[in-house]
Amino acid sequence: MNATANGHSDHRPSGWRRWLTTTNHKDIGTLYLWFSFVMFMLGGIMALLIRAELFQPGLQFLEPERFNQIVTLHGLIMVFGAIMPAFVGFANWMIPLQIGASDMAFGRLNNWSFWLLIPASLLLITSLFVPGGAAGVGWTLYPPLSVQMGIGMDLTIFAVHILGISSILGSINIITTVLNLRAPGMTMMKIPMFTWTWLITAFLVIAVMPVFAGAVTMILTDRHFGTSFFSAAGGGDPILYQHVFWFFGHPEVYIVILPGFGIISQVVPAFSRKPLFGYTSMVYATGSIAILGFFVWGHHMFTSGMPVTAQLFYMYATMLIAVPTGVKVFNWIATMWRGQLTFETPMLFALGFIFLFVMGGFSGLVLAMTAVDVQMHSTYYVVAHFHYTMVAGALFSAFAAVYFWLPKWTGHMYDEKLAKLHFWLTMIFFNVTFFVQHFLGLAGMPRRIPDYALQFADFNMISSIGAFGLGLSQLLFLYIVIVCIKGGAPAAAKPWDGAEGLEWEVPSPAPHHTWEVQPVVK
Amino acid sequence: MSKQAQPIVVPRLATLWALTLLSTAAEAAYEVNFQQPATLVAQEVYDLHLWMMAICAIIFCLVFGVMTYSLIKHRRASGGAAARFHENTRVEMLWTAIPVVILIGMAWPVTKTLLVIRDSSNADITIKVTGYQWKWGYDYLKGEGEGIRFMSVLATPQDQIDGKAPKGEHYLLEVDRPLVVPVNKKIRILTTSNDVIHSWYVPALAVQQDAVTGFIRDTWFRAEREGVFRGQCSQLCGKGHGYMPIVVEVVSAEKYAAWIAKQQQEMVAGAEDKDKVWQLAELMQRGEAVYGKNCSACHQPTGKGIPPAFPALDGSKVATGPKAAHIATVLNGRPGTAMQAFAAQLSDTDIAAVITYERNAWSNKTGDVLQPAEIKAVRR
Repeated sequence: MNATANGHSDHRPSGWRRWLTTTNHKDIGTLYLWFSFVMFMLGGIMALLIRAELFQPGLQFLEPERFNQIVTLHGLIMVFGAIMPAFVGFANWMIPLQIGASDMAFGRLNNWSFWLLIPASLLLITSLFVPGGAAGVGWTLYPPLSVQMGIGMDLTIFAVHILGISSILGSINIITTVLNLRAPGMTMMKIPMFTWTWLITAFLVIAVMPVFAGAVTMILTDRHFGTSFFSAAGGGDPILYQHVFWFFGHPEVYIVILPGFGIISQVVPAFSRKPLFGYTSMVYATGSIAILGFFVWGHHMFTSGMPVTAQLFYMYATMLIAVPTGVKVFNWIATMWRGQLTFETPMLFALGFIFLFVMGGFSGLVLAMTAVDVQMHSTYYVVAHFHYTMVAGALFSAFAAVYFWLPKWTGHMYDEKLAKLHFWLTMIFFNVTFFVQHFLGLAGMPRRIPDYALQFADFNMISSIGAFGLGLSQLLFLYIVIVCIKGGAPAAAKPWDGAEGLEWEVPSPAPHHTWEVQPVVK
Repeated sequence: MSKQAQPIVVPRLATLWALTLLSTAAEAAYEVNFQQPATLVAQEVYDLHLWMMAICAIIFCLVFGVMTYSLIKHRRASGGAAARFHENTRVEMLWTAIPVVILIGMAWPVTKTLLVIRDSSNADITIKVTGYQWKWGYDYLKGEGEGIRFMSVLATPQDQIDGKAPKGEHYLLEVDRPLVVPVNKKIRILTTSNDVIHSWYVPALAVQQDAVTGFIRDTWFRAEREGVFRGQCSQLCGKGHGYMPIVVEVVSAEKYAAWIAKQQQEMVAGAEDKDKVWQLAELMQRGEAVYGKNCSACHQPTGKGIPPAFPALDGSKVATGPKAAHIATVLNGRPGTAMQAFAAQLSDTDIAAVITYERNAWSNKTGDVLQPAEIKAVRR
């Protein structure tokens, strides 16, 4: 790699010690991204096991209890192992570059928050092999079922604790970095949208991860130490857990999606060759989504039995979120309006994101209607809805980010033709997999069942075929990235002519140390 | 399966059109909407959903119409320089305000329907529904049929599930004893659970209510037509979650009265056999049936269980040791495990039969024969 401008040496240990002991934000970002990809593949294999079992009615591959375990681990691994670390990886790489900082504020803490992920994920994976298997309770870990489980449940609880510590430390680092290490002249209302959305996300993480840790700790003491937080027999209430869990769980949804909004808000202007429309309203919309996200958790519990006034409150509050979310979509479209558009792969994924995320928004709006939700709750309609927002939202924005910044990371351009193929395969198979699940939900197929009645057979088969296509397409992505790391056309410092921001002023690949002298932003 | 119901043609057309637009798989042979409603509430929900879809379809066309226009018209290949504008207060205020108005338009009818859904007062018949791992218990508490209680268990044979036999028409959606209710009567359902959270979900009746351990929740329906309506447990409740269907049989008032008479006769008949002295062979035969419905999901037909969560009975200390411990386990369950208390679920005769069966089946050859009276003596 290149030496830096001021001659300060590019020293670092070589071999495995470089990665184990690194405090460099770029190395740690790379570790996060690779970790996340491995987890994405693992969670993906689990998804394919689920879809293989559901390819036809009847039990073929998995015992029902195994099926439940795989469903649980698929959810936990994808949310905490794949999506969140991917965005922390982007944050590590890009936030210091975007705000003109030489590194993250706390280097050693940064190293620690990454390496915590390894024992946590090992706990999750090994829980499959302990007596009784992993927790077969769904990623929501509802008691009393989670109190019934074997030792796999305890491993899951400890994994959640460790993952929580990791993401809280990471968020403290991000907040400190953004608030304190900005280059002179980089005022708050000038920082790029990706950094803005992450700043808000980091506050969400700090607010809700301890809540989740508390909830699972209460399960732990209910299991082993004779408490009855969630047992009516001892004066507790199983619904209390659901309230506490979703007080974490709903903001968690925005933790997963807000950095994605930030990425899209940078990719769209770059390929429209036009400044982002309504930067200020984007910032405020992100803030309002984050704040409103704390007041809507009850919509996950419409059928658990709450007073009608509470149902109405949660319904109205949930619908209200459509307003700032709509503002974002309108802003993106207004950014494209009268721009000079080109459709490189990052832009394709950004457009795919907008299209699919809006569909996920529509199904979310339908689900928010309590009266309608009563008939859709816990069905495949919900499964379709959150995959439209989480896969098409988080995953598509992550792909957009990888293709957008890959030239900056590797110093090479990726293979545009193959990357476009990757987009189209992902886009088509995603819809084949998940669109039909809306119909399954409407017809009344509950989620998390290993086997189903005959009237659900056709759509399940289509969905399974789509899932295998979607899974296999991601091998192409791995190939494109590896080829790009190894070589390819050299990338300019600013490979996208419409892109703006400090990250494009450092050479490609970005040297090991950047911004040792802070740039001045005018 | 079902064909769509009557009203409101315009939104339905819009919806169908939207579905066809959005989906490559929306063919006539595939069911793409709610099940055919069987109650007025379900019909309202059905129509509400269509309205929502129609509104969403219009917004979809507007938003993506503009976007598509821009993607074609403003692409670099078509020439022209990029504009530099990046804000417009008037437009931004408009596209914040208009969605608020649309949302109010959506929320209003939903609120009205929700208030109807939640009004479970003045019911004709009240039935308590108890979720068990993995079956449903029905208990007619009030109104015509008061006092009737029974368990309702999946009737699909294991061979169909394992692919060793062709699957029947109602695969996984059939039970041994359906819930029977009269048509045009308001049925209030109280839900609760014996072990973990379940959810009582019958789509055609637009009813879904969680059954929460230690608490009572309620919901209601008034079926407008006779028929058999099928649903499933919709809250993950362990390994048998996919295997605890709900079947509601809506019948005419006369048929309902006849059904009640039959149930009461059977209850009287069941009460008589308390003094009878049972032989081993009779108990084994009855015990095997009880075992198949209540025990084999966990302990397996082979008695080998699925350790460690579900221990083996074949050769176990409980099933081959003292009778008292065995009876206590079946009656009271094992708190903190999946082993539930069967005291309230099974009659003395059934418990005597199943314990006798467990103590003499497989390699357990204890030769013990339990009489219903022994169970009755232990019950408190």
